[in-house]
Amino acid sequence: MTNSGSEILAKQPLVFSSLVLSLAFTSGFIIMSIELLGGRILAPYFGSSIYVWGSIITIFMLSLAVGYLIGGRLSLSNPNLGRYGSFYATAALALLPLILFGESIMDAVFVRIEDPRYGSLVASSLLFFVPTAILGLIAPYSVRLLVENARESGKIAGGLYFVSTLGSAIGTLATSFYLILWFEVNQILLTMVVVLFICAISAIAANRYLPDFEPGSDT
Amino acid sequence: MIALIDYRPGRLRSLIFKSPYFAIFVSIVCILVPTSAFSKEIHKEKSLYRNIIVKEQSGRRCLVFTLKRGDRNQTCMDLENPRKLVFPYVRMTMGGLLVNSKPDRMLIIGLGGGSIPLTLGELFPNAHIDIVEIDEAVIRVARKYFNFVETSRVQVHVADARVYIKRAGLQQKHYDLIILDAFTGDYIPEHLMTTEFLQETKQLLTREGLLVANTFSTSELYDHESVTYQEVFGDFLNFRMPSTGNRVILASMQPLPSLFALRSKAKRFSAAMDNYGVDIESFPKYMSRKIDWDASKRALTDQYNPANLLQGDSY
Repeated sequence: MTNSGSEILAKQPLVFSSLVLSLAFTSGFIIMSIELLGGRILAPYFGSSIYVWGSIITIFMLSLAVGYLIGGRLSLSNPNLGRYGSFYATAALALLPLILFGESIMDAVFVRIEDPRYGSLVASSLLFFVPTAILGLIAPYSVRLLVENARESGKIAGGLYFVSTLGSAIGTLATSFYLILWFEVNQILLTMVVVLFICAISAIAANRYLPDFEPGSDT
Repeated sequence: MIALIDYRPGRLRSLIFKSPYFAIFVSIVCILVPTSAFSKEIHKEKSLYRNIIVKEQSGRRCLVFTLKRGDRNQTCMDLENPRKLVFPYVRMTMGGLLVNSKPDRMLIIGLGGGSIPLTLGELFPNAHIDIVEIDEAVIRVARKYFNFVETSRVQVHVADARVYIKRAGLQQKHYDLIILDAFTGDYIPEHLMTTEFLQETKQLLTREGLLVANTFSTSELYDHESVTYQEVFGDFLNFRMPSTGNRVILASMQPLPSLFALRSKAKRFSAAMDNYGVDIESFPKYMSRKIDWDASKRALTDQYNPANLLQGDSY
């Protein structure tokens, strides 16, 4: 084995894991940023009372729960960066209806449901359930991509939770302190769509161009 | 922490009394105790939205919402003369009658102690008044401590104002006078400040209709808010009186009245308004149509609305 060859092999896990960690950070950031903007999006139709926040948080928790479950299942067969990237691309596409048809969806709900509690619950499930559930696939799948053996699995999962929850914290802060001061809600959402596509492309490209990297086998 | 570990009484005592914190504590107590001794708290409750306190102080009963930056009186009632409107901004709201003096149907956003609906209900005994208040506890307190009564003509709805107004639009309701008094001073319900909200409100106004909005006069928000109202209603009367932090916007569906018209109406209302302690004849000269804000600022919309962050700039 040549020197350069061994160097590539030595660096490859590092490149791989930093890629997965930064993508997990980004998805954590985006999840909480959308959740905060959710309050903004619903307020013109359902007010900004505690029950509107209750609806939003309920739907986010539910959709993440479903996403985690499915993401875990999907990680069982042939885990790879290519499919990981496709989650990001799908999440980006799933955000588009919120931007394009959000108002007409909320109009329709507003006309049909008088009670703003159930109105906000139905509207948030229509607007946020699918994109958030898809973003929920990412966490368990990231764990599977990084875990190489059972002994280290807890440590790896802990590190991933750390990074993605840190992303969520920063996403919350950035959105509520600054982003809404500088941009319109839809501009922020569109930026997220673009960022998610960039994540998708980088994962798919890494899958193609990084020398074969096998996630840990079942030990 | 040291006192906890080393618990010999003498040591503890000297630690407490010699500590600079003790001196600070004593001075804080000295400042707080005498002022609070003057006022009597007669009711206190925590509602879904805020802490509500009813206090009596030097012949006045006040509704106080406790807020992080200290108490703010929401509304006060003079116990000897309950009709008297104690706060300048409540009196200024009555200035709306100089623009639309015969409102048959009124919508009031924000109940507070109920002094605005009580006054208007007395002045216009045949008018229909809808009141929208988000906090049920405020309605209970207004009934119990501030003489607020509902009748077949004066009705309170527990709702978010934006939701109520949107629904009223669908039901094709119309009002001659809409009073927006939803801003408690600290946290701003941002969805009640946007062009979209004002457009929905405008749709509820009759041809003679008038919107009276009690708004902000300090901070960067003044500019943004003025631009927003201007965008939806065009020119409006900007009513600011010296010595108050309030400004009241009078936005009409009709061309704005001349100073002469305002003055002659003020004369007509003068006697009636005297009962409420409102010197309405002094109002017209403070109702300006001059643009005294930075018109280059951005209007607030449902998409762009950092109202609370902008308000923070004044502190």
